[in-house]
Amino acid sequence: MHPFDYLRPRGLAEAIDAFRASPDARWLAGGQTLIPTLKLRLASPALLIDLRDVPGLGGIRVEADRVVIGAMATHAEVAASPELRPALPALATLAGGIGDRQVRNMGTLGGSIAACDPAADHPAALLALGAEIRTDRRALSADDFFLGMFETALEPDEVVTSVAVPRPRAAAYARIGNPASRYALAGVFVARFDGAVRVAVTGAAPAVFRADAIERALSADFSPAALDGIAIDPFGLNEDMHASAEYRAHLIGVLARRAVSETEI
Amino acid sequence: MRIALSVNGREVVAEVEPRTLLVTLLRERLALTGTHVGCDTGQCGACTVHLDGRAVKSCMVLAAQADGRHVTTVEGLADGDTLHPMQQAFREHHALQCGFCTPGMVMAALDLGAEASDVRDGLDGNLCRCTGYQGIVEAVMAARSRADAPV
Repeated sequence: MHPFDYLRPRGLAEAIDAFRASPDARWLAGGQTLIPTLKLRLASPALLIDLRDVPGLGGIRVEADRVVIGAMATHAEVAASPELRPALPALATLAGGIGDRQVRNMGTLGGSIAACDPAADHPAALLALGAEIRTDRRALSADDFFLGMFETALEPDEVVTSVAVPRPRAAAYARIGNPASRYALAGVFVARFDGAVRVAVTGAAPAVFRADAIERALSADFSPAALDGIAIDPFGLNEDMHASAEYRAHLIGVLARRAVSETEI
Repeated sequence: MRIALSVNGREVVAEVEPRTLLVTLLRERLALTGTHVGCDTGQCGACTVHLDGRAVKSCMVLAAQADGRHVTTVEGLADGDTLHPMQQAFREHHALQCGFCTPGMVMAALDLGAEASDVRDGLDGNLCRCTGYQGIVEAVMAARSRADAPV
């Protein structure tokens, strides 16, 4: 790692002032993406601002029609929350499958969505569930938040404070992980609401996206068989040493069927 | 920068560079070399320690992030010459051969919690290249079944 300065402010205003005063600051949440990135010297910021001591960024609150999760809630907290699991079991299951136990104990939901890794799991859930992403200055719909590979609608000095996730009638997440890295080769989150089904795909393209054809088919008939005639176009999907675009397209169909047959609630 | 933390119940104050990893602080400054560096990329789990009671990979945590918190390493488990029940179970069930992964395995196993239904899944952040895992899984299950084991 190249040298950097480190700051752990106790308030959001102080944190943002420090960010703006530095030529090249980065936010630090759990660090489970950022620290490996720094070690590989893929990033060399002048200043890390640790959000750990900023009040109001943690916690999980279940309301009648939605779940509000603090940005600094760890994956382990989301997975183990006794309030969240009955309200949104698919999200708890997703969080419990991220990385490994040690990573889940440090990594945060806010860090995951702000980093916007193409293979991250949380973006699929938030996009499929139509979550609202709240920052220090505004609220963004998930549809407007995830823009591209490692790219979100966040301004550089903007901090995710929480996400508000609508509670669906039923939902499920199915993924196939790379056996070595455990990152999703593809992951499909299916969320069924009254009157509509939303489906988001991660791992398969530069950024999470909604699968329109699958959504239309499932909105008409919520069953695995409804997807039998649907072919996913591999154009634009990721192609690397682990999987071809055609294989990822195939996986999306398989995982969507699997998710539909496993929906919880 | 100056950090203050508790390591195995002992208060530690250290002057570190912000880029210092927790594992570097433990091994090179505090001489707690029971915590091993295996891959240094967050894959192998050999560097697993507890931060406020939860298992983390200390090669993916800055020493600065441990400021004001409690760290437990494998050196903090035994009571004098009496091994911790998890360590004792590893010994009894042939859960190690070369021993390089063992400190991380033990620390990860202690964070599994009673609710972890599958020990193999729970330990998937730790790699062992000797045992084929079977002895490790047996040791962890044995330790968890003992009433006196605080797992």
